[in-house]
Amino acid sequence: MATANIQVSETPLVLYALRRADDALILGHRLSEWCGHAPMLEEDMALSNIALDLIGQARELYTFAARTEGKDNDEDKLAYLRDVRQYRNVLLVEQPNGDFAQTMVRQLFYSAFADLYWRAMVNSGDTTLAAIAARSEKESAYHLRHASEWIIRLGDGTDESHARAQNAIEHLWAFTGEMFAVDDGERALIHAGIAIDPGTLRGRWLTTLSEIIGEATLQLPQNDWMQQGGRSGRHSEHLGHLLSELQSMQRTFPGLAW
Amino acid sequence: MYTQALNTAETDDRGLEDVAKAAQFQARIDAEERIEPNDWMPAAYRKTLTRQISQHAHSEIVGMLPEGNWITRAPTLRRKAALLAKVQDECGHGLYLYAAAETLGASREELVDAMLAGKAKYSSIFNYPTLTWADIGTIGWLVDGAAIMNQIPLCRCSYGPYARAMIRVCKEESFHQRQGYEIMVTLCRGSDEQKAMAQDALNRWWWPVLMMFGPPDAASQHSDASTKWKIKRFSNDELRQKFVDATVPQAQYLGLTIPDPGMTQDADGHWRYSEIDWTEFKQVLAGNGPCNRDRMAARRKAHGEGAWVREAAAAYAAKRARRQTAQAAE
Repeated sequence: MATANIQVSETPLVLYALRRADDALILGHRLSEWCGHAPMLEEDMALSNIALDLIGQARELYTFAARTEGKDNDEDKLAYLRDVRQYRNVLLVEQPNGDFAQTMVRQLFYSAFADLYWRAMVNSGDTTLAAIAARSEKESAYHLRHASEWIIRLGDGTDESHARAQNAIEHLWAFTGEMFAVDDGERALIHAGIAIDPGTLRGRWLTTLSEIIGEATLQLPQNDWMQQGGRSGRHSEHLGHLLSELQSMQRTFPGLAW
Repeated sequence: MYTQALNTAETDDRGLEDVAKAAQFQARIDAEERIEPNDWMPAAYRKTLTRQISQHAHSEIVGMLPEGNWITRAPTLRRKAALLAKVQDECGHGLYLYAAAETLGASREELVDAMLAGKAKYSSIFNYPTLTWADIGTIGWLVDGAAIMNQIPLCRCSYGPYARAMIRVCKEESFHQRQGYEIMVTLCRGSDEQKAMAQDALNRWWWPVLMMFGPPDAASQHSDASTKWKIKRFSNDELRQKFVDATVPQAQYLGLTIPDPGMTQDADGHWRYSEIDWTEFKQVLAGNGPCNRDRMAARRKAHGEGAWVREAAAAYAAKRARRQTAQAAE
């Protein structure tokens, strides 16, 4: 029954790594959908580049999760043989690309968080996570710069680009809260000095965002109601379609080397 | 990824304003000197090169689509990352090549517009569909392999910017080729299903790949001028033969059969292949291949739907420049 979903023993640390890995993979996958279809060649390269960084981060985190779990899972089993209910990414990253503004706003919201998050995680008590963070923070800083510059261009560009960027902000805002949420398992890891408390990053995240959005002549929504569920496998309807595409080869031809 | 020998070169020298300059130019070519952007060159040389380099650039960009078709479905994360990196390289090749074409006085925008309008060509190979994962291995192995055969001599092409672009492109291209071959090795050492997938991909791609070298020498319109100007160093048929000779042992190593039962090895060791279906080739070039319409539609859609983004970037740049000027005046 090689086609069946794998079971993962989600100890707090395994789950912690899986959540971050799923964030990176799903967002990287979304960005890779742009390949060959971007508004200009330079942007085709930039989006592929960021996608590649994120998939690289996902691979390291899956490998860490698999090693921590200590069963016979690996990066590919974790990516290709878990179904929607087993995926742990935040809802934000699974949102469809939409137009270029929606892709860039999603990227800004995530990168502004990831930049702070990985910089803080460099001090993780777990040496592997600290090493992954050291690499990821360099990439995230670049991703944030890229997204920021685009949001400013779009917001302060034409009437049309301004309206599209503002719409995207309104549309995606409710998915940002989940990045800062913590459950009991994570709280224990925070106390142990392995994880950092993302809640402590929210103030700085908001400051970074406000500066960029302000310079872009855009506005952050007043609505503070936040959607949650991704971290516990309650996703939007978008993820199932994404996974059926991502996993199609492994599901059709199970258990082979490629 | 590739330029195809499609040019109808301008061999007509009546337009040359200066016969002495032309002779001097040819002497430089004969002495293996590189021609640089500010040097005098015959109008026909400029025109031929602009066409060839831009077609090459268009090929890189359209060539992102058949492989890009599998990025979201690559079977492992390692393969996904490698494919993404490869397609990104191709985009970079397109950018080098547009930059090289621009040194001849054309603008990237007008060259791209010509392609989108269907007036400029790109390599015929990208009008074939990628139906299975094995196609990704086959494209790396054969399409990039054919591209390298063609591009290595272009590293010594008489036009400096093109030759230098080719040196950079070839480095990445040979990496892609090995990656593609490695996919094939993995498939051919895998399950029966995987081997069958590899054979099926070879069956579908073999003849289109041979067509990448362009029409047979007897029918090639442009070879004389391009050879005289050292843009072209080997004929289409010479390169095609070289490719076949290099590829047959690779197929044998994989345990795959080349879909050409009439193929024989002659006394000199060359593999003699059967007649290529030039009718199909002409039809694909004329826009009637299996994916021509889809490829152009995808590029036009990206260009059209991206217009507001490019306009926003331009509007912002103009505003910023105005603000900076105003600030400086204070």
